[in-house]
Amino acid sequence: MDYATLIQVLDSALRLATPLLLACLAGLFSERGGIFDIGLEGKMLMAGMASGAVAFLTGLVWLGVGAAIGASILFSMIHGLASITFRGNQLISGVALNFLASGMTVLIAQALFRQGGRTPPLTGNARFSPIDLPFAEAMADVPIIGPLYAEVLSGHSTLVYVALLAVPVTWWVLYRTRFGLRLRAVGENPESVDTAGISVVRLRYSALVITGILCGLAGAYMATALQAGFGREMTAGRGYIALAALIFAKWRPWYALGATFLFGFLQALALRPDVIERSFGMAIPVPALDALPYILTVIVLAGFVGKAIPPRAGGQPYVKER
Amino acid sequence: MDKLPAWADIVLVPLISLLLAAVISAIVILAIGQDPWEAVRVMVQGALGSSYGWGYTLYYTTSFIFTGLAVTVAYHASQFNIGGEGQAQIGGLGVALVCLAVPWPHWTLALPAAMVGAALFGAAWAAIPAYLQAKRGSHIVITTIMFNYIASALIVYLLVEVLRPAGQMDPATARFPAGAALPTFKDIPGLNLIFDKKVPANVTFFIAIAACFAVWILLWRTRLGYQIRAYGKSERAAIYAGISPVKVIMIAMLISGGLAGMMAINNVMGEAERLLQNSAEGAGFIGIAVALMGRNHPLGVFLAALLFGFLYQGGAEMGLWTSIPIELRLLLQGLVILFTGALDNMVRMMLVPFFRNRAKEAA
Repeated sequence: MDYATLIQVLDSALRLATPLLLACLAGLFSERGGIFDIGLEGKMLMAGMASGAVAFLTGLVWLGVGAAIGASILFSMIHGLASITFRGNQLISGVALNFLASGMTVLIAQALFRQGGRTPPLTGNARFSPIDLPFAEAMADVPIIGPLYAEVLSGHSTLVYVALLAVPVTWWVLYRTRFGLRLRAVGENPESVDTAGISVVRLRYSALVITGILCGLAGAYMATALQAGFGREMTAGRGYIALAALIFAKWRPWYALGATFLFGFLQALALRPDVIERSFGMAIPVPALDALPYILTVIVLAGFVGKAIPPRAGGQPYVKER
Repeated sequence: MDKLPAWADIVLVPLISLLLAAVISAIVILAIGQDPWEAVRVMVQGALGSSYGWGYTLYYTTSFIFTGLAVTVAYHASQFNIGGEGQAQIGGLGVALVCLAVPWPHWTLALPAAMVGAALFGAAWAAIPAYLQAKRGSHIVITTIMFNYIASALIVYLLVEVLRPAGQMDPATARFPAGAALPTFKDIPGLNLIFDKKVPANVTFFIAIAACFAVWILLWRTRLGYQIRAYGKSERAAIYAGISPVKVIMIAMLISGGLAGMMAINNVMGEAERLLQNSAEGAGFIGIAVALMGRNHPLGVFLAALLFGFLYQGGAEMGLWTSIPIELRLLLQGLVILFTGALDNMVRMMLVPFFRNRAKEAA
């Protein structure tokens, strides 16, 4: 692979990694707070539909993003109701919400637009347009790092930078704020948090709100930046890949960036069979690349490459002692 | 929290959950500007109003019985097997390899062989997540989800690159030999008096019913079933009683995967007569709803599978004859899973006051 091709693939990797990164950080907040969430997929789907529909109807992309966050938080709260308030099975709730989203998105989009469950194509202000970072033009001619800055890093939509910024922010919130300390504690040992006089229920609901916001951004990015409009099942398993990345990253923010970028890179490679054939000297079947994130995750889960230990109280409803 | 009488927990909770799901679906149908009564009428007419409709309803039921039983067996060992979809697809691969290996002279020979192939392949696909759970503590829910995706990638690869006959465009295997064709309800003497049109329901339906009996006997009438249920109720008590967790998890998951794989007899061998991409068409996931709705008992699974068979066939007809999209089925499915599996405590709390009053009156 020559440098110019590598730059192209990296550029598209960043594009494809963004929804994974946002969803992965969303899952990180929820799981660090002790709530398993396999409903990331469903929330992204709902958010994608909401943003596609509202952005088309109003012509304003930011209203679309707002609607996406709203729809995603709504699903997050149903998950909270089931898993926090009624102490139900968190995994089953996640599975249920994914089906609900698959059905609901098509029903609503079909009722609104009658285009087979899609939202109409977005143009102009209803979509995110790429923005150039400062000095991108000037930097382009600098060898090696020039193209890296001008081609790979610059020229994406706002949400890509929001996602990249979300990584240090998540790190800061998790490790440098009181909320973060409490959140990590509630995912490991909720009794101790309760004993300190802090509401477990409120902490967990707050975590789910953040999860909702981040999944909303991920879905909005899918429908208004990566593609121009919502299509049925457009998330295509990205919620599960994000979940895989979260495990791969062992529930840590900077590693989440690494894991999602790796998975984004694999997706970008899968789109360029010609590049693979030239670089490896043979054709690697595309399904193998598609399956690689899942296979890697299973290997990590199996504990062959360092053990992935989830937050200890994950998945268990908290029952306050009387 | 007050306890409900056992019968209310078994009968009322799923029925109320179903009612809630139906009410919400009706509201959604109203919200998108359609008529819920018309939807129900089309669904009942399309799924139950003719022998043709029943032929499809029972065909779907057959698939859902297998995947529902698969979730049930794993559930009793406290394992949540979301991998039924992948196991059913790989089971389909087993069926296809068996059916294409030999020019089968008659279906009575092909069927047992294909059943073995389906069960072995399905079980093998469940074996790795089971082993990782039992030996290395990797969460079975996550690994089975991953294996669903790996399965579909594997099937795509095999169909496109390996199993597709030369000169054929669509990614599928060759047609199975005529001797491997299973008799449908139209070909079975006696039943053909009722089913006069060609329907996809086939002899697999009776195998599914036999599987319900077999699972009931396994879980409640054998030593192994006792071990599975004991482990599922309390891991520590089971270990104290000398039950090996590794053995229970492995065996329960292998049976579970085998049952999910056996679904392929119905759709791959009985209906499509060749292996296609995405052959399970979501039936593996419906197994979750069926098992939850059926309270993880084979009889309940049978009834819930019948219900979902009706919803699937009825939903397809609704998609054809009304302007309500067929995706309403997914909505209903999600709602049933949500209410029976995750919000079941809420449903119980709703019922408790009624029974408290009755208990007072009695006293």
